[in-house]
Amino acid sequence: MSDAEHRIRLTVNGRAATVAVPARRTLAEALREDLGLTGTHLGCEHGVCGACTVLMDDAPVRACLVLAVQADGAAIRTVEGLAADGAALHPLQQAFADHHALQCGFCTPGFLMLALAMLEENTAMPEAEMVERLSSNLCRCTGYVGILKAVQAAAATMRGGA
Amino acid sequence: MSVIGRSVARLEDGPLLRGRGAFAADIDFPRQLHMRVVRAEMAHARLLGVDLAGALALPGVVAAWSGADVATIPPIPFRATKLKGLEPYCQPILAQGRVRYVGEPVAVIFAEDAAVAEDAAELVVVSLEELPALLDATAPPRDFDATHGTEPAIVRKGYGDVEAGFAAAHAVLELDLSIGRHSGVPLETRGAIARHDAATDTLELHGTAKKQHWNRDEIARLLGRSPTSVHLFEGHVGGGFGVRGELYPEDLLVCLAALRLGRPVKWIEDRRENLVATNHSREQRHAMRAAVDAQGRLLAIDNSFFHDQGGYVRTHGARVADMTAGLLLGPYVVPAYRTAGHFRLTNKTPAATYRSPGRYEGSFVRERLMDAIAARLGLDRLEVRRRNFVPRSAMPYARPLDALGTDVVLDSGDYHGLLDKARARFDWAGREAAVARRRMAGEAVGLGLGVFVEKSGLGPSDGVRMSVDVTGIVELVTGAASVGQGVETVLAQVAADALGVDYRRVRVVRGRTDRIEFGSGAHASRVTVMSGSATHLAGLALRDLALETAGTLLQAPPDLLEIVDGVVRRKGMAEGPVLPLGEVARALAPGMPLSRGRATPGLSTEAWFHSDHMTYPYGVHMAQVALDRMTGAVAVEHYLVAYDVGRAVNPMLVEGQIAGGFAQGLGGALYEEFRYDERGQPLSTTFAEYLMPTIAEMPPLDILVTEDAPSPLNPLGVKGAGEAGTNAVGAAIASAIDDALGGKGLVTRLPVTPREVLRMMGAFDA
Repeated sequence: MSDAEHRIRLTVNGRAATVAVPARRTLAEALREDLGLTGTHLGCEHGVCGACTVLMDDAPVRACLVLAVQADGAAIRTVEGLAADGAALHPLQQAFADHHALQCGFCTPGFLMLALAMLEENTAMPEAEMVERLSSNLCRCTGYVGILKAVQAAAATMRGGA
Repeated sequence: MSVIGRSVARLEDGPLLRGRGAFAADIDFPRQLHMRVVRAEMAHARLLGVDLAGALALPGVVAAWSGADVATIPPIPFRATKLKGLEPYCQPILAQGRVRYVGEPVAVIFAEDAAVAEDAAELVVVSLEELPALLDATAPPRDFDATHGTEPAIVRKGYGDVEAGFAAAHAVLELDLSIGRHSGVPLETRGAIARHDAATDTLELHGTAKKQHWNRDEIARLLGRSPTSVHLFEGHVGGGFGVRGELYPEDLLVCLAALRLGRPVKWIEDRRENLVATNHSREQRHAMRAAVDAQGRLLAIDNSFFHDQGGYVRTHGARVADMTAGLLLGPYVVPAYRTAGHFRLTNKTPAATYRSPGRYEGSFVRERLMDAIAARLGLDRLEVRRRNFVPRSAMPYARPLDALGTDVVLDSGDYHGLLDKARARFDWAGREAAVARRRMAGEAVGLGLGVFVEKSGLGPSDGVRMSVDVTGIVELVTGAASVGQGVETVLAQVAADALGVDYRRVRVVRGRTDRIEFGSGAHASRVTVMSGSATHLAGLALRDLALETAGTLLQAPPDLLEIVDGVVRRKGMAEGPVLPLGEVARALAPGMPLSRGRATPGLSTEAWFHSDHMTYPYGVHMAQVALDRMTGAVAVEHYLVAYDVGRAVNPMLVEGQIAGGFAQGLGGALYEEFRYDERGQPLSTTFAEYLMPTIAEMPPLDILVTEDAPSPLNPLGVKGAGEAGTNAVGAAIASAIDDALGGKGLVTRLPVTPREVLRMMGAFDA
């Protein structure tokens, strides 16, 4: 183990943040432990389940596989940045509620961020490509039925609003 | 219009969508220590010694314990069935003398930081002398310890003259069927955070789920405390499925450490631990004989099975074997039945319940039998089931069997009716014709089905406390728990309907022992039935109290008043004097004249619902599959779950339960299995080896929810919905694959892997 700490600078949900972390600390741990953003969940810590998905410079990454020091200088977006407390939900969040796309809610932040990256890239994504992209995350409660409907509904909303 | 029966939005969603949930890992207390568990790395070995010196020398480590340090704590108990003799097989909180599965807790580290605790765990030296591992529950039993064997008991149930049935048989069928080892595997791993408030001498455990009150009582007993000095708290729970929220060694260890070390102690399981330490389930092998007459009617079933319990008996005791034996017969009339369930310990992770426990297994076995009868006698697979169904006219239908300590009495059901509806909805006839055409063209395609009876609403009692505050908000305190299935929304709907308020004005408090003395938690598809019925009764009682009080205040007879949207008014009169419920509550506050005649002040009440029998929903699963001759892959092309839930409080949530349950059933049918090597080393320790379905594996899923047979056992007519989607997936998928292979009964084991399909294809083509 190493006691040496590294100062890194991040932009998290649009705000500048500086944290001091040991080299082995993951981005997920830095978000959760150092910045108090516990909406990013750890489901497997080996990069399969996708519950910890966040956007790093607009690309979805597994925050459990990225070391915090690797994210130095990057812009990170997490579930907490989708809608301010008290403000209306983001169209994706609203669609997840409308289409019963969550039960226990543990995988939900990861799916929201994964889907956000998809829809920012292409709101007219064909269903087959949506399924392919969404297959990178695991949900154990819903059978994915509501998740696909929600992402499709949010895509339609975001197309209309663009 | 009643809010019951409407797919209203969930009350739970807001914080979960905003990343504001409170899952176990999100809970922190000042000055907390982090616990790391050192686990056995052999499946079966004598534990010669544990050297903690290296770990204790690491800066940041506060304490470390091995079995010797906790030898005075009794092993973790179980909820009994009628089966005797399981006590010697319970698990100590740290291994004593022997280790019995890879993953068994051997030592624990407490450190200032989670990473330091993990570093220290690697410095612990565990001395083991390997013993032969027992990995097959059908092999002859061996010794568990110096005085006990690995078969503590045999579950025996039955009735009728089985020998006479076989003597009179037109045909006798014999099947050898196996279900693989898999489990719930929630996406959130377990977690436990304990703290001791020395000022009030209260021990708190956070991160709990499912069975708070039973766990509270047992933690208190094992630690020598009074139950009122121990409290359990539930935040958000990232999926339960039977395995989460049981009492495990780690729960006791954090509590004990919080007491001994005087600091809060936090433990969060990692995924590798989760796959080797949290309950497994399902693994059984059945040897079944059945006698039928010339029309394919069952005369007798003789079923013996081997239940692979793993290294120890856990909190469910023998409940999975008990339910397998007691509920095996499903929707069919069986004149004579005999079953012997060999409950056996092996050197694998201990097993217990997983969504539809004993029924996923039993439905696979029973429905394989029904297909075999159809094949033997040349009958249509649906027809052979129709001929054996318990008819609607026979309801309620008492079987001379028990399960979970209650007599099995099928309370209501129209099995013929639901099979007809499913057949039409699935277009079974049309698909049969299409499958026949595709087979002519060389494809390996097939249809399959499974018919089942679920059980739900396990009693005996459930209570709630309901009150209205001066702002008109209703608080409902329940001894039930939530594992993420929508309990708050459903109970709020029931409360709102009975009382006459908007369901969004109901705050549901659950999973907390400090708010209500008794509770039975969330399991066995019981919450909507038991807690829902108690909520209904409480709502009606509170409504009566509100109307009586308002009647005095408004100088009107209570029977001319009603409550609409939280306001008392004259019946049918939108105009005229009204009284918000908050004002009624204010009039009943302590010291107010109207409260003085009452035993307790406040607009509040408590209600209890009691039930001696479970209620039995039922369903039909139908599947269409295509097999890839090159790879052995199984493509599920279409799937139907038809299910009679009695009455759906929130149809959206019922369908959500079914879709999610189906995905888990599909995992067990095709993908998920805990595998071991010949020395008992687990081979499924990451999500790269334990394969859960992704969205890409989900077939087009059709769900038909019917309300043809409301339960006569509760005031709402409801039955449980949590296990319907899972129950018969193994049965229906096996049936469809078998059909694609020519209907010869080749599919005898779950999961049906591509390798198995290729092997059977070889057998088929030859």
